Amino acid sequence: MTILDIRDLTIRTAGGRVLVDGLSLSLAPGQRLGLIGESGSGKSLTSLAVLGLLPEGMAASGSVELAGTQVVGASERRLAKVRGRDAAIVFQEPLTALDPLMRAGRQIAEPLRRRGLSGTELRRAVLAALERVLLPEPERIARAFPHEMSGGQRQRVALAMALACEPKLLIADEPTTALDVTVQAELLDLLDALVREREMAVLFVSHDLAVVAKVADRVLVLKDGRAVEEGDVRDIVTAPREPYTRALVASARQLESALDRRSGR
Amino acid sequence: MTPVLELDRVSFAYRGSAAPVVEDVSLTVADGQSLALVGESGAGKTTLLRLLLGLTRPTSGTVRFGGDELRLGDRELMRRFRRGVQCVFQDPYSSLDPRRRIGSIVAEPLRSLGLETRHTAGPRVAAALERVGLPADAAERYPHEFSGGQRQRVAIARATVCEPRVLLADEPVSALDVTTRVAVVELLNELKREQGLTLVMVSHDLSVVASLCERTAVLENGRVVEEGDTARVLGAPAHPYTTRLVESVPRLPGPRD
Repeated sequence: MTILDIRDLTIRTAGGRVLVDGLSLSLAPGQRLGLIGESGSGKSLTSLAVLGLLPEGMAASGSVELAGTQVVGASERRLAKVRGRDAAIVFQEPLTALDPLMRAGRQIAEPLRRRGLSGTELRRAVLAALERVLLPEPERIARAFPHEMSGGQRQRVALAMALACEPKLLIADEPTTALDVTVQAELLDLLDALVREREMAVLFVSHDLAVVAKVADRVLVLKDGRAVEEGDVRDIVTAPREPYTRALVASARQLESALDRRSGR
Repeated sequence: MTPVLELDRVSFAYRGSAAPVVEDVSLTVADGQSLALVGESGAGKTTLLRLLLGLTRPTSGTVRFGGDELRLGDRELMRRFRRGVQCVFQDPYSSLDPRRRIGSIVAEPLRSLGLETRHTAGPRVAAALERVGLPADAAERYPHEFSGGQRQRVAIARATVCEPRVLLADEPVSALDVTTRVAVVELLNELKREQGLTLVMVSHDLSVVASLCERTAVLENGRVVEEGDTARVLGAPAHPYTTRLVESVPRLPGPRD
């Protein structure tokens, strides 16, 4: 059984430029796949295409099957049923992902309300969602506006929103890139624990191999819209086969070894 | 020996704000001892850099260059200072004027310092571009023709064209992809070695710090909580905050055990 089955996905601009080229991947329940690439590799576009969220003027062809629904060419009505329930997404920058004029509690309530919750039941579900992402004082956070929270708190709220409807697949697009390193470490641990206990499938998009390795079991390396190499995280970072992957790993290792040398580890 | 740059009990607070952004910071930068300023967002790293550049005046305390107090009114001193201390910023897309050719961008410090004119700057601009590994015809082209990594090389060429003693850099490689990042780190190391350049670098990336700086100062809430040899600070941190920073760095997994 697969949750996500992407076959021969191609994404073009209106001008006909190919940004993602014949990409195929699949995810079973509980599997965690990292999508690795540098800027312009098409990793974010791929994650947006899964939810039918491609920017205006870009067209997808091929097949994206999400929990049995064909996303490519689907109507907005059809997509609205899939988003949040089958798959939800957490973006890089929580400040732009959250509505600045809406209190955190109301933002989390929105997807829950669409699932038919209301009144006390809804309020309880919102607080439970905030507790789940280990936010201190959930009542206070529920009443707070995004600008009243720190970056890490905002990203936890965004994560709470994504998890609110218990999606089968969580897509995380550079979810910790805008955060400080200590906050990043906490959020990665939290994300890892939450998806493990729910056996949720994860598509984790990042440019940082070490970050991906903390959450994903498998990685797919993308370059200029094409899949370069796919495999177990450990195999890829210890024995990359393709020259491009080798260059990526070597760069990451080179920086890391400077730290090891200086810190005597 | 007199330090090149010195912060002596410097504090800075925005007008009308009670809490200082930088509080009672004393740091020295000696020739050949590159210094990293490390800390998280809001720790005051960038404010310290602005103080060192003379772009922000301290609320109290003194900033010195070569032993002399930085006074914006002292034109002779400020001229020496601008020649001796140059800077590179984080974002190579916003730090270069899109409407000027690379040659004119890189020549700017030479012209504004009165070292060369538009007509005589050519050879030094060419040398600076060559040092950072850009082709000679780059001078004729515009910033949009270059990738992020190449643009950062242009910014470094501009900052080093007048052969300064100190290069202040605010997150110089954090906007770059990892392969490009390694190449720019190598370039900065080369400039340190061959031009005798001393770096003062703000960075949140400890592996970049370890690659480039002999000394490290850790900032938390506007105060220096720890300072010393990079190897000592990162290898045997004395402050719990430093320990937390070092332990939070995500690591590549090793071979299967």
